[in-house]
Amino acid sequence: MLKFVKNHMDSIAGIEIFPIISLLIFFIFFVVLFWWVITAKKDHIKTVSNIPLDNQNEDIL
Amino acid sequence: MEMQQFHYDNKIVTKFLYATIIFGVVGMAVGLLLAFMFLFPNLTDGISWLSFGRLRPLHTNAVIFAFVGNAMFAGIYYSLQRLLKARMASDLLSNINFWGWQLIIVAAAISLPLGYSTSKEYAELEWPIDIAIALIWVVFGVNMIWTILKRRQRHLYVAIWFYIATFVTVAVLHIFNSLELPVSGMKSYSVYAGVQDALVQWWYGHNAVAFFLTTPFLGLMYYFVPKAANRPVYSYRLSIIHFWSLIFLYIWAGPHHLLYTALPEWAQNLGVAFSIMLLMPSWGGMINGLLTLRGAWDKVRTDPVLKFMVVAITGYGMATFEGPALSLKNVNAIAHFTDWIIAHVHVGALAWNGFMAFGIIYYLIPRLFKTKLYSLGLANLHFWLGTLGIIIYALPMYVAGFTQASMWKQFNPDGTLTYGNFLETVTEIMPMYWMRAIGGTLYIVGMLILVYNVIVTVWQGSKVEDELAEAPALERVTKKRISSEGWHTWLERRPIQLTLLATVAILIGGIIQIVPTIMVKSNIPTIASVQPYTPLELEGRDIYIREGCVGCHSQMIRPFRSEVERYGEYSKAGEFVYDHPFLWGSKRTGPDLHRIGGKYSDNWHFNHMYDPQSTSSGSIMPRYPWLITGSSSELDKSNTETKMEAMVTLGVPYSEEDIANAQQNMLDQGAQIEQNLYSDPDFAKTYEADKKYAAENSEDFIEMKNREIVAMIAYLQRLGTDIHVED
Repeated sequence: MLKFVKNHMDSIAGIEIFPIISLLIFFIFFVVLFWWVITAKKDHIKTVSNIPLDNQNEDIL
Repeated sequence: MEMQQFHYDNKIVTKFLYATIIFGVVGMAVGLLLAFMFLFPNLTDGISWLSFGRLRPLHTNAVIFAFVGNAMFAGIYYSLQRLLKARMASDLLSNINFWGWQLIIVAAAISLPLGYSTSKEYAELEWPIDIAIALIWVVFGVNMIWTILKRRQRHLYVAIWFYIATFVTVAVLHIFNSLELPVSGMKSYSVYAGVQDALVQWWYGHNAVAFFLTTPFLGLMYYFVPKAANRPVYSYRLSIIHFWSLIFLYIWAGPHHLLYTALPEWAQNLGVAFSIMLLMPSWGGMINGLLTLRGAWDKVRTDPVLKFMVVAITGYGMATFEGPALSLKNVNAIAHFTDWIIAHVHVGALAWNGFMAFGIIYYLIPRLFKTKLYSLGLANLHFWLGTLGIIIYALPMYVAGFTQASMWKQFNPDGTLTYGNFLETVTEIMPMYWMRAIGGTLYIVGMLILVYNVIVTVWQGSKVEDELAEAPALERVTKKRISSEGWHTWLERRPIQLTLLATVAILIGGIIQIVPTIMVKSNIPTIASVQPYTPLELEGRDIYIREGCVGCHSQMIRPFRSEVERYGEYSKAGEFVYDHPFLWGSKRTGPDLHRIGGKYSDNWHFNHMYDPQSTSSGSIMPRYPWLITGSSSELDKSNTETKMEAMVTLGVPYSEEDIANAQQNMLDQGAQIEQNLYSDPDFAKTYEADKKYAAENSEDFIEMKNREIVAMIAYLQRLGTDIHVED
């Protein structure tokens, strides 16, 4: 089934760059993520952590 | 800031909860029946639709999709509305989701025992049902995303990202793994073959665990544990990191199901590396769940809901430590194909999924029916029985696994196998199978106690009504508010972008692993002597698939001295190029069959399929008389040409001549096998007598060469004979 698509992959020059780019994307994404998590404001964290608990209509038995 | 009044849809949650409970009992009951079949292999003799091979996929599909699936929907429909402060966007879609899902389950319950199976694990349902699953899944996703867009709570709480990731990833996995070419109304062939099929299957299979059994339940954990304990999650920051790393890493772990097989080494190693890394985000989730209970541990002593959730999360931690451990090649060499894997699966399934579901049920039922749970005592009893059940299930299976591995691998000083007869291992672990059945019984008894408790609670409670709620509508976001927010807060406000980013994250692992395996020819070295199956062998293979033989027998000899000694030359990637679908198997309840071809006579196979214990004393394999006697034993050859043409479309080199001569070819090969069978005088006598009787009484008589058993023998005798290795 993939015989229709296969030939195009063979002829892409310099295909080795793709895994390097993916690694970079992955690495940069997580660096940014960690930076945000560490610098997030405490108040904001407190607010969002309490989202499930601020529902006034629930009957607690 | 005007308050808007709206109602949460509670009725849909109730419906899903009922379905969860009913199918939980059904799925576990089938599991228990299977456990008893290990002990009493002749329990359902002669009834094809109750045989082990046919029922095993019914059990797995029922507990995964019917039990966990409905529990997931129940929990998501409840929590999503409250986290977003909005009713489900469309009651119609909610009901289509519900009824559609139950119809799919019924279709599975009918088709699987009848033998309509693709053989691919947790994806056994044939193509029309696959299409239905895709449609209903889209309905679910549309309903969910539409609700997110209509929300009154701007920030998407962590649970919702997990639900979004679940929706997106399951859709991708299901579609790509279910790519199959239909041959008839309920029969199809995987577009992938051999090694590639194995890789796609286990990319799917492991991620079915990840994104059907784990991520939705993590989302549910992030909602229901804080609710039950009445405290916020331990660390929201941790939940962000753990979410993204989990969904990114999990996808790559698939190859850990294929270690030491014919899968290319680079793919195996990626699977190992990422599976080990996966320990961290998984434990991030466990830590977050358990530490949310900081300061509330006294509540765990009295509240069964929290008891179930604590054991669930602990079980999750255990299973996600064991998983990476099992992904180490040296550990995997011991565990693969043994009952250790069964133990691992059931710790995860019974503790994490089962107990979390029970906790959610016990939490929701009283609230939905505005009453107290009928009996806390019974709920606690359920907890203890269930926990005991999990332990009595898992520990014997660990012992069985270690026993199998060590017996299979043991050599005498003279270089021969100590336990050359596979059956010696089976006999040795029978006590473990007994204990497993007891453990499973305890677990299901616990569930039946839940059923009783729920029924009385419901009966004593009030009618389920949609819950009134009030919340202000979402305001437009002013520039002042955005100025100080971080990028993730930005992202949490944009559900569509969040969804797209999550999609990209999960696609990366799949693309990097699967595309090169399919595109780069050198990954599957061609073997010139490998030929396609003959028409009769192809039909035999389809019977093998129908009967679910792959549930107990593997077809993948690993490159270990012990396996080569026992089974023959280890399996090469190039041998499987025409296998649509692959049949490598995951478990050796019985021996590996990859090189069974030519090892035993046609008569041996005939007798063995008719009554396994007659040729193999101590065997727990069930009998297959319907392949040999009765009207159903006639081989249906009406579709053979269509099947071969489908194979041609998929790249198998049958010539036009091969297809044109298919019927004659089958008759010739069948006649040869029939003739071989005559070498056993007992067979000759019985067969001739049957023939004479039918002629005398003008009854229909199916000639042996036209019976299913002959096709099965043809297939089995072909296995592994394409390559010849010089000793």
